[in-house]
Amino acid sequence: MENNKTAWERLALVHTKGRPTIRDYIPLIFTDFYEMHGDRYYGDDHAVICGIARLDGKPVTIIAQVKGRDLNENKDCNFAMPLPEGYRKALRLAKQAEKFHRPVICFIDTPGAYAGMAAEERGQGEAIAKNIAEFMTLRTPIISIVLGEGGSGGALALGVCDELAMLENAQYSVVSPRGFASILWKDASREEEACNIMQVTADDMVRLGVAETVIEEPLGGAHNDLDKISENIKEYLSLKIEEKCQKDIDELLKARYTKFRKIGEFTE
Amino acid sequence: MFEDFFKVVKHRFNGAEEEVSGPSFKCPRCQSTVPFERYEELLKVCPACNYHGRLSAKERISLTFDKGSFEEFDSNMISCDPIGFPEYPEKQAELRETTGLKDAIITGTALVKGQRAVVGIMDSRYMMASMGSVVGEKITRAFEYATENKLPVIMFTASGGARMQEGIVSLMQMAKTSGAVKLHSDNGGLYITVLTDPTTGGVTASFASLGDIIIAEPKILIGFAGRRVIESTMKQRLPEDFQLAEFMQEKGFVDMIVERKKMRTTLAKLLAMHTPEEKEV
Repeated sequence: MENNKTAWERLALVHTKGRPTIRDYIPLIFTDFYEMHGDRYYGDDHAVICGIARLDGKPVTIIAQVKGRDLNENKDCNFAMPLPEGYRKALRLAKQAEKFHRPVICFIDTPGAYAGMAAEERGQGEAIAKNIAEFMTLRTPIISIVLGEGGSGGALALGVCDELAMLENAQYSVVSPRGFASILWKDASREEEACNIMQVTADDMVRLGVAETVIEEPLGGAHNDLDKISENIKEYLSLKIEEKCQKDIDELLKARYTKFRKIGEFTE
Repeated sequence: MFEDFFKVVKHRFNGAEEEVSGPSFKCPRCQSTVPFERYEELLKVCPACNYHGRLSAKERISLTFDKGSFEEFDSNMISCDPIGFPEYPEKQAELRETTGLKDAIITGTALVKGQRAVVGIMDSRYMMASMGSVVGEKITRAFEYATENKLPVIMFTASGGARMQEGIVSLMQMAKTSGAVKLHSDNGGLYITVLTDPTTGGVTASFASLGDIIIAEPKILIGFAGRRVIESTMKQRLPEDFQLAEFMQEKGFVDMIVERKKMRTTLAKLLAMHTPEEKEV
């Protein structure tokens, strides 16, 4: 692993054109992927793709935020910023996975939930809150991986899980560095400074108890060797899914609750 | 109970913690002004447009619960500095001094017309009631206590969202609190949310939106993303009533809008309808 990069340099890597997205990974990690569309209430959000596939021959449910690889794709997927119906589709597919005893694999890759009038009118807050609460007690294993950016509540809506992994250069944050600088210092141009003090890197997440594993990227970043990074992700998933599937579900749920329960620093 | 309320007001009026410098209150909704004393008499409700202004946690307690019935949980809990954010400890020390609060929420048990409930009251004077480790932990413990003791929960929410100064740790409080709400709910517990001005960001996207019954005070702000953020994304002006309680009720996210003067009775009636003995209050 490369240990000498600042958070800001890693963020630049995550924003590099050609950084693989979930669409690149699916054919290299899974077989028989069938995408399922829509939340059955309102529409189909293209910022979140869901479906079923096989991992090592066994059925799994995939829920993923999808970034575009060019401007047209980005327009189609709204730059990976989900609307409420994206989160509701995710919950629908998670419930389907629970019913058929399939593990759920979430891929997080979003700057944040979409901030817009339509999103507010359709209950962006309610949609995220519901996912967080329902994922906490979903009676099937959940593994989440942050591929690039994990921004705010929009990421957490796919982030309540039994274990979280970070790609080596991926980041997870309460808000984007730009938003952080703008909120706290009223100066968005200080985003580099914000990024470097916010503690957003994969190593930070492990230290703070948010993530358990860092998945190594090829030298220079994931875009330099798609086959290798896919292999690393698959290796991690195969190991973890098998491990979690063997556990008693009530114990798994207790451990999932405890994982989040113990995060926080205070004195009395 | 109103006598109680005035005592608190008077105390605050004469005390050092007075927050409004001028002699009158300017309503953020309709811009009309009202003498501050009159505004206090009206329980901090704008006489022109019915906007329900912000109350301190103490004011809320004396206005809502049976006299002397409130027993506080975790009254000494204070936050650490998980990401070493510059001047965060100093800022907190200063706020503890000026507000008399230890953080942005007070939790405990209280009686509402004789019925016991676990309660939480957020106070926007403390860092805009943002949710960090202390807010997250106190809410989680409150729900866990309620689950264990089979008690209903009433949360008065107000928040600017996640506590930025605690970085990712603050984001995780959304998962922690929502998890505790879910377990309370799965155990059959009643949870009433009272949204007060303003309820936004990560609090809206977690425990505030998970009530079995969601009440809002009139004209208060409820939303996930801030108005300025949305306007800059959309490059257009939003409607006047956007994200107000009435708008959110119309969109289907609020069960009822209840005026402050009727809140105590409403809560008492709702609690009574969820107790096995079905006693009337």
